[in-house]
Amino acid sequence: METLAVFASVLPEIVLTIAGLILMLVAAYAGDGSARLVSWLSVASLALAAVLLGQLAVHAGGEIFDGLYRADAFAAFAKALIFVAAAVCILVAPRFFDGEGGQRAEYPILILFACIGMAMMVSASDFITLYVGLELNSLAAYVLASFMRRDERSAEAGLKYFVLGALASGILLYGMSLLYGFSGTTNFAGVAQAIGDGLGTGELFGLVFVLSGLAFKISAVPFHMWTPDVYEGAPTPVTAFFASAPKVAALALTTRIAITAFGPGGHSWQQIIIFMALASIVLGAVAAINQPNIKRLLAYSSINNVGFALIGLAAGTAEGVAAVLSYLAIYVVMTIGSFVCVLQMKDKDGRPVETIASLSGLSRTRPGLAAAFAIFMFSLAGIPPLFGFWAKFLVFDAAVAAGLTPLAAIGIAASVIGAFYYLKVIKTIYFDKPAEGFAEERSPIDYGIITLCATVIIIGYFLNPVLGRASAAAAASLF
Amino acid sequence: MIQVFAFYLFATIVVASAAMVIFARNPVHSVLWLILAFFNAAGLMVLLSAEFVAMLLVIVYVGAVAVLFLFVVMMLDIDFAQLRAGFVSYFPLGGAIAMVLLVELILGIGAWQAGSLNLAQRTAPLPEATPNIEAIGQLLYTRYIFLFEAAGLILLVAMIGAIVLTHRARGGTRPQNIDKQNRRRPEEAVRNVNQPVGQGVDLGGVEL
Repeated sequence: METLAVFASVLPEIVLTIAGLILMLVAAYAGDGSARLVSWLSVASLALAAVLLGQLAVHAGGEIFDGLYRADAFAAFAKALIFVAAAVCILVAPRFFDGEGGQRAEYPILILFACIGMAMMVSASDFITLYVGLELNSLAAYVLASFMRRDERSAEAGLKYFVLGALASGILLYGMSLLYGFSGTTNFAGVAQAIGDGLGTGELFGLVFVLSGLAFKISAVPFHMWTPDVYEGAPTPVTAFFASAPKVAALALTTRIAITAFGPGGHSWQQIIIFMALASIVLGAVAAINQPNIKRLLAYSSINNVGFALIGLAAGTAEGVAAVLSYLAIYVVMTIGSFVCVLQMKDKDGRPVETIASLSGLSRTRPGLAAAFAIFMFSLAGIPPLFGFWAKFLVFDAAVAAGLTPLAAIGIAASVIGAFYYLKVIKTIYFDKPAEGFAEERSPIDYGIITLCATVIIIGYFLNPVLGRASAAAAASLF
Repeated sequence: MIQVFAFYLFATIVVASAAMVIFARNPVHSVLWLILAFFNAAGLMVLLSAEFVAMLLVIVYVGAVAVLFLFVVMMLDIDFAQLRAGFVSYFPLGGAIAMVLLVELILGIGAWQAGSLNLAQRTAPLPEATPNIEAIGQLLYTRYIFLFEAAGLILLVAMIGAIVLTHRARGGTRPQNIDKQNRRRPEEAVRNVNQPVGQGVDLGGVEL
């Protein structure tokens, strides 16, 4: 391919890099006073990158940089989700940080760099690209988790995330080195070829280690331990970011590796994915029941949702991958919506509160916010008229079509358990004695995002043709 | 012949200075011996025609790591006499680790005598004609350019992170403002006073 065409394929990443570098200089010279400006420019550059993605997707395809990187419809779909989620997390941050002593200008810049890392992750077709992208994303995420460094919980979250993340990276690297040693290449296609010739013990070990390392990043059981603590301790906009964009990136990455690199060894990775899916769904549902903290509850909810998404991957078919992508898109809307609702929870002094008890009787003090909360919770629980049901339906449908009926049956049973704690939140909001109301703050951006997310959740079925076609096209590029 | 002579020279100095790293009483001297060991190891690498590794040793290890060690050693107030105390009580553990290392050495030498590793299967054979610095450069800046740049971004993020998490603006410091100093004119700084004889000098209102 022509040099220019090669660099045109990574144009979104290049745009984000240049924007990140320039904005970093702006932040360094103008100080934290420029935080608003830097935030808006970051959102603009993310929007530009997303638009370029659409332009590229038309004539994309093919591996570039000697097979290190793939710009295909699958990557474009995941990147679009990542960029939009990241932009929202930048937009909702200023109001939160204003209550905590002012926003610092580095926040949007770190998110931009994390986005570059995530874009590399979803486009990786080589283990080295995967690792470099993953580290770029993770390093930015560690800093973001402890961004409020004077807050003890935030510092704890950052440290925990860092130590466990480093452990996960080590496990992942070990698996990658085993695969490299036994197949002689780090390229996904090359690894697939080596596995296709017969899955040796060394390759199997490598596969298990790589999947374990990735399970850390998507917080699938049994590698989920860090999730509730980190989600609770990190500043809420950062938690919203963790629950959306990096999850999409890591799940898309896992999907691509499972299908393109481990594809021929189907049986061996499928049983790992099936176990992780079931364990995540059940633990995510059961452990969330007694959580008094809404952020912890949403953390378990995200573990639960990752399990459902993995059911689609376990199917291992094009329909399954399309279901995973649709699930991710709908999940991002629901999660972002819920977290922006959580951001509205502030007491009279403007301090953020996180207990579920403080939501009591919200329907009487803030009917609009209560309705939005209820919509997101119903949707996360998978109650039929809402879009969240469709996401679950797609993955179960794919699993049944691939002959995994027992898996789908257990998944459905566990989603009933999961529904319990979502409904408990709604019960607290609508039927409990009103607690002290939250501070009234009018923020057009936050309300706009909540309204938009809620609307998508309600009228989602009209978007089905578009979403279905996009995810099917994206999934087709993996097979 | 000259190669053999150079090899034994470098090798002897490496081993001797490595021993001195351990035996030197002063930790600063230890670091200086370590630097000498690195230099001579670099010489050994040149003899193996691995110039790139040799340069890395000098630039990275001598230039950065060893100097960092030196700073740390000089900044930390370590009482080495105290560290050396309790030798007898730690002797069993230390002896066990020494035995493990000894066994590994014997195994390693045995394996080496049994024949070298079969490297025929390696995927990236060494180019014949190009020196290895050029070979690495050709790969790094062509095939792996994307990853090379991304690795640069990782370092940048690490730097931003370190600053974000540790930097705090301290009040009450008096930094030098060169611009302000240069803009200062004699008219602002000097005041002619007709001082009456026999009275004290009043400095009120004068910015010192």
